[in-house]
Amino acid sequence: MIQYDKLIFELSREERVGYSLPKSRFNDYSFNDLNEQFLRNEEPYLPEVSELDVLRHFTNISNKNFGIENGFYPLGSCTMKYNPKINEEIASLRGFRRIHPLQPASTVQGALKVYYELQRILSEVSGLHEFTLNSYAGAHGELVGLMIIKKYHQSRQDFKRNKIIIPDSAHGTNPASVVVCGMKVIEISSNKRGRVDLQSLKEAVEGRDDIAGMMLTNPNTLGIFEDDICEITKVIHEAGGLMYYDGANLNALLGKVRPGDMGFDVMHINLHKTFSTPHGGGGPGSGPVGVTKELEPFLPNPRIKKLEDHYYIEENGDAIGRISSYYGNYLVSLRAYVYLLTLGKENIKLVGPYATLNANYIKNALKTAYQLPIDGNCMHEVVFNGLINKDTDIKTLDIAKRLLDYGMHAPTIYFPLLFPQAIMIEPTETESLQTIDAFINIMHKIAIEAKEDPDKLKDAPTKTPIRRTDEVFAAKEMIFSYKDYLTYTEEREQ
Amino acid sequence: MSKILEGLYYSDDHEWVKVLEDDLVLVGVTDFAQAELGDVVFVDLPEEGDEIVKGEEFGAVESVKAASDLVAPISGEVIEVNEELASEPERVNQEPYEAWFLKVKLNDPKELEKLLDHKAYKEEISE
Repeated sequence: MIQYDKLIFELSREERVGYSLPKSRFNDYSFNDLNEQFLRNEEPYLPEVSELDVLRHFTNISNKNFGIENGFYPLGSCTMKYNPKINEEIASLRGFRRIHPLQPASTVQGALKVYYELQRILSEVSGLHEFTLNSYAGAHGELVGLMIIKKYHQSRQDFKRNKIIIPDSAHGTNPASVVVCGMKVIEISSNKRGRVDLQSLKEAVEGRDDIAGMMLTNPNTLGIFEDDICEITKVIHEAGGLMYYDGANLNALLGKVRPGDMGFDVMHINLHKTFSTPHGGGGPGSGPVGVTKELEPFLPNPRIKKLEDHYYIEENGDAIGRISSYYGNYLVSLRAYVYLLTLGKENIKLVGPYATLNANYIKNALKTAYQLPIDGNCMHEVVFNGLINKDTDIKTLDIAKRLLDYGMHAPTIYFPLLFPQAIMIEPTETESLQTIDAFINIMHKIAIEAKEDPDKLKDAPTKTPIRRTDEVFAAKEMIFSYKDYLTYTEEREQ
Repeated sequence: MSKILEGLYYSDDHEWVKVLEDDLVLVGVTDFAQAELGDVVFVDLPEEGDEIVKGEEFGAVESVKAASDLVAPISGEVIEVNEELASEPERVNQEPYEAWFLKVKLNDPKELEKLLDHKAYKEEISE
């Protein structure tokens, strides 16, 4: 089917069903027995469709999708590496699928072993003492990490520390997590080299006794290594704060440098980025949090521990509490464990170097056509500031849309905010030289089109199932359900 | 090339200030700013009677690209807010020098002297 643009509600026919349920046996109960506040005012609006309708509908929609298995996906800051199929194969084993978190620990020793060993491996890879796998995503990990920092200060009867320093290049989740955790943000600016300005940092902490810590991504969102990192962690520690490592860009360092060795006290890891678990559909994610020995007592409950050959579950009184119903997204952790064991100790060391090599190769090949705001070697990703040729009115958005016509996913655009026409490219280590060369050729072709045939870019994409979307409309009109859609069309007709 | 009007004052943060009479001014964002922002979808402004302080945030502009803080180019009391922008934020893109955000009564008209004139602003954005 070439064109498919139906909503499942449009397939709905009255009384059509896709199920066959036995007759209800609950004759002793009536809706009238329920308190009125639990009753709906109107019937739910649900599509009435057959099983085949549902199957075709979602198959057709899925065919419009573009994923890493369709083509190159250089979405900066997202580490869209290939997720090897062996991860899925192991995660689908019955012994892992058909267990329940409330089963007695003695009946799930194998599953607990995986959890425990992944904690140990993450400790080794990151240089931090102990991990929890309970947090459900990167942003959740940030919140948990900050709660640990807060609890640490409170445990020392130091209640005034509520300020977290964040560089202006940070991911938006950092300040958001700080606010959710009930603390306040101090933003510091970057220097001309795209790194934390040490002088501003020193001034920001000078004479203050309320610094709780600092959140830092390294390499930062410009794909640049913070080479003053040891000095930065020293400044914060001397000011009485703790260092938080945002693991978003850990892929660049994997096997080479460890956050713990750089002086970080707390970190989260995005398993879906660095350790090849699915990104899709907003989840399920996983954001394990690691801490130094000093902070270990504050890790959330429940904990998984080992005594000789036996794994057991522990609740610790000093913990920040529970942050998940059980043990996080267990099957995601399992996939990361499989990935790590598949690579092995030696090959993990190659991840960061190859990711870095690929990004630098792209950087050098494209800097004749795209403006490189900060020169020098990058790490795992490279940020350009639109085309060098500023005589056209071609924007980064047009370049991104044109890439779709060539069968490649667009890079991250308009982030980081430091450059108005930012394009952020992260190839990862899993792409071949041929794929990367093809991408470079297309990017050069687009730069030429921008000059000679700009309409091709302005009209793009022309070959995708959906053409250029109306972002203004999408941002202004709040249409979240079919009901909203009906209300909207009704109002428009009037 | 971005449009710059003569006779207005400009700030480094790409806002313009237009003097109506003595200490009464209008504040908006420049053509350069609206082009960099992209399509504006929401403008968050203070209320009548609020004080704005030079160099501090007084609101935000949200575009399809990002949300950006508005930094006050001058200090004073908000006399009037352009309510039209709530329902028609796209006017910021269409007519940046007509779509004013605030009418402000200046605390100190001398503050205007520290802002850029149209020539200095032109240099600022051509860098």
